[in-house]
Amino acid sequence: MARGDVERAILATWRIEQPRLITSLARMLRDVPLAEELTQDVLVAALERWPQTGVPDRPGAWLMAAARRRALDHLRRAPMLERRHAMVAAALEAEQIVMPDFDAALDDDIGDEMLRLIFTACHPLLSTEARVALALRMVCGLTTAEIARAFLAAEATIAQRIVRAKRLLSASGLAYETPQGDERRLRLPAVLEVIYLIFNEGHTAAHGEDWLRPQLCDEGRRLGRILAALAPAEPEAHALVALMELNASRNAARAGPDGEPVLLMDQDRRRWDALQIRRGQDALARAWALGGRGGVYALQAAIAACHAQAPDAAATDWRSIAGLYAQLSRATNSPVVELNRAVAVAMVEGPAAGLQIIEALARAPALEGYHLLPSVRGDLLQRLGRLAEAREAFIAAAELTRNARERVFLQRRAATCPPS
Amino acid sequence: MRYMFIIKASQATEPTPELLEAMHRMAQREIQAGRMLDDGGLMPLAMGCQVSVEQGALKVTDGPFIEAKEMIGGYAIFDLPGGAEALASAREFMQLHIDHMPGWTGTMEIRAIAGSMTHGG
Repeated sequence: MARGDVERAILATWRIEQPRLITSLARMLRDVPLAEELTQDVLVAALERWPQTGVPDRPGAWLMAAARRRALDHLRRAPMLERRHAMVAAALEAEQIVMPDFDAALDDDIGDEMLRLIFTACHPLLSTEARVALALRMVCGLTTAEIARAFLAAEATIAQRIVRAKRLLSASGLAYETPQGDERRLRLPAVLEVIYLIFNEGHTAAHGEDWLRPQLCDEGRRLGRILAALAPAEPEAHALVALMELNASRNAARAGPDGEPVLLMDQDRRRWDALQIRRGQDALARAWALGGRGGVYALQAAIAACHAQAPDAAATDWRSIAGLYAQLSRATNSPVVELNRAVAVAMVEGPAAGLQIIEALARAPALEGYHLLPSVRGDLLQRLGRLAEAREAFIAAAELTRNARERVFLQRRAATCPPS
Repeated sequence: MRYMFIIKASQATEPTPELLEAMHRMAQREIQAGRMLDDGGLMPLAMGCQVSVEQGALKVTDGPFIEAKEMIGGYAIFDLPGGAEALASAREFMQLHIDHMPGWTGTMEIRAIAGSMTHGG
């Protein structure tokens, strides 16, 4: 095996084993960030040794043994003041002697520990960027270099972000807690937000040059599945899985042969991924069965499901979509959602009704500089035959967009509307 | 990227309880980690049926069939970043057979599912 292949093989094993290594060590050390740090040492050891010795038959057991050795060393070195640590170390050593298969003993708790890992990574005390980086590193097993590439950031920046976040958690005594009951319900949105952010970062770049960026899309979906498996009673966890599966199901159809974006209405629906749609619909059904119809992810997923169900663009159930956007708008109070509602309402009741919503939005400060507002407005004005106004709107939108392809598209639309 | 793992055994013997337990644990972990989307063990071929096309005509054959060299025993569908992860996973699964069912021989086929790439093409 070439060196690069061995490294890839090691990292692949790493991704499989790392969360379990962290959760096992976190139980011993009562500190998730410290546990993560020690597992990183184990990865370094494997990267050094395995290219010479070959990948062991049971790589997971090798990594676990090496990780536990490091944790025990750490506990032994702890200052004598911390008698508790010394006792834990002794107890663990005894346990290891009588029961060499320590994995088995830990399996019962692995779900709780994973949940703790996710909640620790997504702690509200941390900045959103730090949460994202920690989740990708601790739960998905991405290396710092991979996270940096995925976010187009310098490796040193990400490394520093992670170190700071971990220090903050350890210093504030929040390094080993799992919120329960109400506290957990309050923290859940922060976790869901981080997962959706990771997904979207990859989703918007789904046809990028660097495969690591779109891989974020997969990692987001995977994190969602983990959370739904660990917290099966939370409707919004299932709803987020549904939303991500349904959105990702369109990936293959989202770009033309030259990489140009293809709008939802113009996509070749035969290229939508039927398995992902089905999985999305199933997850949404679970969210509904748990009474979660009104959740913000459930509403967005329901909208995506309406699109997924329509055999072609013309057959789309716009009335349902407009209704769902109205609910979502009430729940989020977001002008972007209102803008989407305007599009749906225009499809049901005609462009004038949609335009009415848009004019009310024109004064929303959050949408100032948002190119889609004049872009949608131009579209509706054009359909109403108010061509001079439409032209102005398209020109304004073209000036605001930062996407070169979109600018050309909007300029072309402006050119189709003669000035007054 | 989605992969189908197809496990083929050279002999139609029931897995040992130890192997079943180990496979179950691995499957649980893989589902919880969001990697495994689906899996299933297949009933013996003798209880199945074959529909084939021969010279432009349909032909339905019920079991029992002439014994093949290897029989498909089960499958799993994974969602993984790439081939290296698929290989690592398959190696782990096959190692369970070495560890928990001495004498067993068989093959795991790793097949990427066409059109399931979210990126790179």
